[in-house]
Amino acid sequence: MADHVALSLRSLAARPVSVAIVLFARAITAVRPIWPESGPQLRQCIYFANHSSHGDFILIWSVLPPRLRRKTRPVAGADYWLKSKLNSFIGRDVFNAVLIERDRAMRASDPIAQMAAAVDEGASLILFPEGTRNQTDTPLQPFKAGLYHLARAKPGIDLVPVWIDNLNRVMPKGEIVPIPLICTVTFGAPMHLDADEERADFIQRAEMALLSLSPKFSGSAE
Amino acid sequence: MNAASSDLISLLLGIGGVLIFASVIGYVLQRRLSPDGSNAGIENLNARIKAWWVMVVLIGIAFLAGRVGVVVLFAFCSFAALREFITLTNTKRADHWALAAAFFVVVPIQYYLIGIERYGIYSIFIPVYAFLLMPIVAVLRGDTERFLIRIAEVQWALMICVFCASHVPALLSLDIPGYEGREVLLIAFLVIVVQLSDVLQYVWGKLLGRHKIAPKLSPSKTVEGFVGGILSATAIGAALWWITPFTPVQAGVLAFVIAVMGFFGGLVMSAIKRDRGVKDWGHLIEGHGGLIDRLDSVVFSAPIFFHLVRYWWSLS
Repeated sequence: MADHVALSLRSLAARPVSVAIVLFARAITAVRPIWPESGPQLRQCIYFANHSSHGDFILIWSVLPPRLRRKTRPVAGADYWLKSKLNSFIGRDVFNAVLIERDRAMRASDPIAQMAAAVDEGASLILFPEGTRNQTDTPLQPFKAGLYHLARAKPGIDLVPVWIDNLNRVMPKGEIVPIPLICTVTFGAPMHLDADEERADFIQRAEMALLSLSPKFSGSAE
Repeated sequence: MNAASSDLISLLLGIGGVLIFASVIGYVLQRRLSPDGSNAGIENLNARIKAWWVMVVLIGIAFLAGRVGVVVLFAFCSFAALREFITLTNTKRADHWALAAAFFVVVPIQYYLIGIERYGIYSIFIPVYAFLLMPIVAVLRGDTERFLIRIAEVQWALMICVFCASHVPALLSLDIPGYEGREVLLIAFLVIVVQLSDVLQYVWGKLLGRHKIAPKLSPSKTVEGFVGGILSATAIGAALWWITPFTPVQAGVLAFVIAVMGFFGGLVMSAIKRDRGVKDWGHLIEGHGGLIDRLDSVVFSAPIFFHLVRYWWSLS
């Protein structure tokens, strides 16, 4: 009974908390989406993005049109998002994350199968193929194979590269107070895994598709 | 209703009338020349007029809410302007605490001091205290790479976006004999003259512009636009003498100073944009670019206007 009450309290609190988190993210970053010429596409898809901060999926989430936002789930590491009650409330109840176990030895279920199941349920996913947050000076770390395996498991689904710019300056690792700076979230054209494409080729193509959305990469500041 | 609020209301009604007139013209032009949204100039004009409505409504609400409303409005403007400015600078991780202090300590304190009208401290808080304490906070992290550039950029951002901008609401604290309770109209005078000067420079430039005045900085600005804009803004300022403590001639001279400072403020800020390789400071206001794109001229004229009026007219 007590568990039941706690559960409904949590789901009741989830919606106002998600609104508050999005408003806070907007107040700090004035985040602005940059869509491809054709505008936001409304089909189910897998967004794959660069990862430098725990706030990354919040920024993507807050620029998505509300209709898309409701069925979009971030894929996140269970080790971090189950660490405390608060983390788990935000990860599970507020953002409905697909929590995967990053440590092979600890795995009870296959992450790719978990993601594929979420896609089968109709969800769009937000995936960070670098695996962990990028704390190096390079703009993008080499991708792990997860994106490739997921694309193989779900052929035909749109893979949309998403470049998050400036959030690493807002909240560098280890800092508690965010610095208000303007962030942009750039969506690229959807790509697909070719039928006979090798893993290394696909990964390289996906990395380039993402990197080419970065303002620094294209050489112009904006 | 006292004289101040009736003046304020007639002023707001007048501005509303001008905006309705502009909206009608924009609508007719769009129907005639750009029914499918293909004429970029007219689409831009209409986006600007729409943004003007939002700005006038916001400022109008702040004015009617009184001192607190005006101070809070400009505090938020400073916050957003500082955010645009710092986004374009070369900050490093070592600046984190100095930057956090700029946003979350310096901005609130400066506007609090403006709110309680302590001229003796708000006029030196940023140039003295923030100036010395910010580099101390930054240096504690021990990162010397490009140190001078990094601290100088933050200092400049604070002076422009916070210190100078805060001189607009600071006008409320002036103590002018026979003008008590009407100080908010000084802000209206400043903002109207600066903004109309910007618009009229653009209009005169479009109508008669032949000779570029600063081809490297701002290719769209012309000598004809500059002269026409400054002179018409001076005339409008003189015609607004009834909302100020000035005579018509004094109002005209001050409007001239405001318009000239505003013009050069625009040039300086556009030099910074070119240095950073951007066209606009941000995308806050549709059709206007960022907030600093609208505020640049106000920011440069406000402190000068404030000190001229304080020196010649104010007791405090």
